[in-house]
Amino acid sequence: MTDQVAQISYPSEERGLSTKHREWLAGYLFVLPDALGLFIFLGVPMVLSLVIGFFEVDGFGGYRFVGLANYQRMMRDPLFWQAARVTALYAILLVPLLFVCGLGLALLVQKSNRFNSVIRSMFFAPHVVSLVVVALVWQLMSVDKIGILSRLMSALGIPGVSLLGDPNLALLAVVAVSLWFLMGYYMLIFLGGLQDIPVQYYEAAEIDGAGPVQRFWYITLPLLKPTSFFVLMISMVAAVAGAQAFDIIYVMTKGGPANSTAVLIIYIYQQAFGFGAFGYAAAMASILVAALVLMTAILFLFTRGGRFEHA
Amino acid sequence: MPRPHFFAPSQARLVQFVWMAVSAVLAAMTLFPLFWMVSIAFKTPAESFSPNMIPAAPTWQNFIYVLTEVPFLRYMFNSFIVSATVTVVALLFHSMAGYALARLRFPGREAIFLAIFSTLLVSLPVIIVPLFIVVKTLGMLNSYAGLIVPAIFNAFGIFLLRQYYLSLPRELEEAAVIDGAGYWRIYWSVVLPLSRPILAALTILFFLANWNSFLWPLTITADQNLWVVQVGIANFQSQYSAAWNYMMAASTIVALPMLILFVIFQRQIMESIKTSGLK
Repeated sequence: MTDQVAQISYPSEERGLSTKHREWLAGYLFVLPDALGLFIFLGVPMVLSLVIGFFEVDGFGGYRFVGLANYQRMMRDPLFWQAARVTALYAILLVPLLFVCGLGLALLVQKSNRFNSVIRSMFFAPHVVSLVVVALVWQLMSVDKIGILSRLMSALGIPGVSLLGDPNLALLAVVAVSLWFLMGYYMLIFLGGLQDIPVQYYEAAEIDGAGPVQRFWYITLPLLKPTSFFVLMISMVAAVAGAQAFDIIYVMTKGGPANSTAVLIIYIYQQAFGFGAFGYAAAMASILVAALVLMTAILFLFTRGGRFEHA
Repeated sequence: MPRPHFFAPSQARLVQFVWMAVSAVLAAMTLFPLFWMVSIAFKTPAESFSPNMIPAAPTWQNFIYVLTEVPFLRYMFNSFIVSATVTVVALLFHSMAGYALARLRFPGREAIFLAIFSTLLVSLPVIIVPLFIVVKTLGMLNSYAGLIVPAIFNAFGIFLLRQYYLSLPRELEEAAVIDGAGYWRIYWSVVLPLSRPILAALTILFFLANWNSFLWPLTITADQNLWVVQVGIANFQSQYSAAWNYMMAASTIVALPMLILFVIFQRQIMESIKTSGLK
């Protein structure tokens, strides 16, 4: 067998294993710590989430099988539907705004020079501040009457606006803060994508007399497809899962006023850690996961498996 | 033949000027909330609700209060310990896994990689309830272990390191193999030193992410002695909601180390994010 050949060519190995098997063993051992950790802290919770959804958990850690009761409760729970609506609205508002602002900023500072590198850093800076601090600062800025934003709006002739107190505005405020925090990040992702577009395309287009708008429409956008797909997918998953929304809403509005900013993850958290309804919370989380999987699948379908033809 | 330019030279200069002015104004607006935070942090209680940008009588009093009257140093110590430990252990584990997945041949490698890759879409909020139960079952509630261990494992780092190792030339390792070095020796003394640039970038990104993380520490620490800064500051808000000067001083203390890290390492941080997009 090849094992013997290998052993002859490496006479220094005196252990019982062949080189091939030593490589196998090394591979498994190198992957083991991370694989085990991911299994325990990601894999098990994912499966557990589905399982707990069929149980009722009492305050002492006792489990009682209740079948579909949690899911039936969900169907009848107006607060669940409200949370689902708010989550959808948050994502529908945020994802396109992020796309446009991220791409817009990237185009604005695309040219590599010292001035632009400073400006890029300024756009990205909010992203290194924690969301708790971000939410706190924006909350103070939005306080009725004396917050700097409220003062600014009064000065502009629209007094008496309550940014975080008006159920019609609070979610918009949360979207604005999320946008402010995330746009620099997506600007960088878009800059990475723009970098990969060969300059020759633009030069050729310019020779053919194509203006800036045409160049953007016929070169930049089509060649940016993989990046656009990535941005849409990541931002959508993050928006629906509440990756940023949780921290911002927890600090700024706690889900209020009148549940107008209670996204699903906030409601799930309240149910689990406020009321101890772990089973119900897990059932709702399973629905959230199902929605995420479905959306990703649809996005993949629409983009033909996430593959893109390169010109 | 001269290229037909869209703008005449003088026009082009004007366009460029307007372009730069727009960028600068937008960037300044972006930074405004951060300046506002620092401004209030230096204001006296009497002045803290006023709309002026520059404090009339700047004071350090708010910082001194936050650092002495609230166990803020304790929170910062906890944050530092947790972030540093997670970063070091995660980088070790991820680079080991990344190296094996990129370089070593063993049955099931692709399946393992796919399984790891697929967890990229799972974010913490959607598994917070079952994760809490797992950690509780392991007896890690209200402990440093509970803060640290679950935060170590994420597929993003493994994925980036694997990509990096795929792009390294094989020859260097092959030389070590001929010298009779074992896989651990190759990893430790050939592969790790070669990955210094990416490890440096990931160190900053991981430290930043862990310093700023809120949801997980909030969920598993009830004991105030274990609170990290983000939990401390969120709680601070409910206690001192009318004391803007204290709240912003605390916020500045929490945000400033990260902003300084960012200014120092901005090139590495931004480059590593730029390349993390789908290629």
